[in-house]
Amino acid sequence: MLDIQGLCFRAAFFHSLRSFFVRQQFLEVDTPIRQPLLLPEFNIEPLASECWFLQASPELCMKRMLAAGCSRIFQLCNCFRKGERGRLHLEEFTMLEWYRTNAGYEDLMADCEALLGSLLADLGGMDFCGFSDGNLRAGERFISLQPPWERLSVHEAFARCSPVSIEQAMADDTFDEILVEYVEPYLGVERPLFLYDYPVELGSLARRKDGSPHLAERFELYINGIEMANGFSELTDSQEQRQRFERELELMDEERRRRSLMPERFLEELAGLDRAAGIALGVDRLLMLLMGKESVGEVVSFGPSDFD
Amino acid sequence: MYSAADLRKGLKVQVDGAPFIVTDFEFSKPGKGQALYRCKMRNMITGNQLVQTYRSNDKFEKPELEERKMQYLYCQENEYHFMDTDNFEQIVIDKEHLGDNVNYMTDNMDMEVLFFQDRPIDVSLPMFVNLVVTKADPWAKGDTSGSDSKPVTVETGYVLQVPPFVDEGDKIQIDTRTGAYVTRVKD
Repeated sequence: MLDIQGLCFRAAFFHSLRSFFVRQQFLEVDTPIRQPLLLPEFNIEPLASECWFLQASPELCMKRMLAAGCSRIFQLCNCFRKGERGRLHLEEFTMLEWYRTNAGYEDLMADCEALLGSLLADLGGMDFCGFSDGNLRAGERFISLQPPWERLSVHEAFARCSPVSIEQAMADDTFDEILVEYVEPYLGVERPLFLYDYPVELGSLARRKDGSPHLAERFELYINGIEMANGFSELTDSQEQRQRFERELELMDEERRRRSLMPERFLEELAGLDRAAGIALGVDRLLMLLMGKESVGEVVSFGPSDFD
Repeated sequence: MYSAADLRKGLKVQVDGAPFIVTDFEFSKPGKGQALYRCKMRNMITGNQLVQTYRSNDKFEKPELEERKMQYLYCQENEYHFMDTDNFEQIVIDKEHLGDNVNYMTDNMDMEVLFFQDRPIDVSLPMFVNLVVTKADPWAKGDTSGSDSKPVTVETGYVLQVPPFVDEGDKIQIDTRTGAYVTRVKD
């Protein structure tokens, strides 16, 4: 179990997150954790609860709220993903998601920079922080959190770090392996980094980039080689979203032997949504960095080992 | 059959027909990407290391491994003879497959022998063995070289460093993991 000092830090961290968004006129929302249907995502295996599912992300409900007219919303909630266990993974973890209308993915990058600045101001005075003077401690090194952070396109990152080009990696179906092995360790080492513009196949809910339809306006925030957040300009073309879901459903059926249904109501309501952007941030991972810990299991109130 | 999701430190799996033990393991899953199981593994026969990344639909055979209680009988021309203490079956293992273990094996010693597909691939010795010193130079009084150890030979032919007071005929305890002297033992 997290010790009392840790619980206090976690609570102060949550409080700071919330006050940042409240100050920015975001509405805090809460949506059902257990739902009959999740958004079809090939690589995410949900945890079943009776005939329903525990949410893998609050995305579906939050986007329906946007479509219904909310302009800035955020949520801090627990999410579940089956079989994800490791130093940086828990089957039940804490997610922070926020969404804005009339915004694109660059606006979310700016939000991330401002959010970390606000956390630093609120928590910097607390005792056991993994940071000091605007820097994050990573072993012997320090990572500067001063904005602006680095921005690197996926294309450029592969050109710099990978033995093969992004096009080759996609053609060989080795994108994930190469990213993990050759690219990620160098991302966000001196200051946080936004890796942006993914091949459109890797962003099933993200909008195509104007002028580069093979790319999706999607980014990941990396700090010290660790992926912290995934954000994108929302795909709001209901017709295209249906086609992308069809591909995910096909893959799920073929490769994972999992059947799911098309989220019809979501697609219907998506048609009413104009320009928007949304992001999901792994709260436990960020807390892990701020507390100077090595694994997410050490920063949640009860980790898996507390039930052995 | 194991799937990639079963991989963890210490798990024994079969890869390309050989038994491997997982020595290091990390689960990773890049955002929106697939689960990757990154492993370091040691070939249990050759000792070679293998670094490999698996995906969730990769499958592994369980290696056919069996540990049998055996007694080491004797050695003849680099062939080491063992007997199964349950069914009295005798087997022979080559010196090269036993590696450093031969330094600590004395006739009639009990040990566990690991078999892969009915082929002996490894022996596990007790953590400590007691061996008789067969050759030691006497400790020269007035030796001013300042050294606090000297080499001795034990009954298996193994040579190691011991404190100067150990004499020929003494029985000493040796740590089989490091090959180092532990203490002098009395019968």
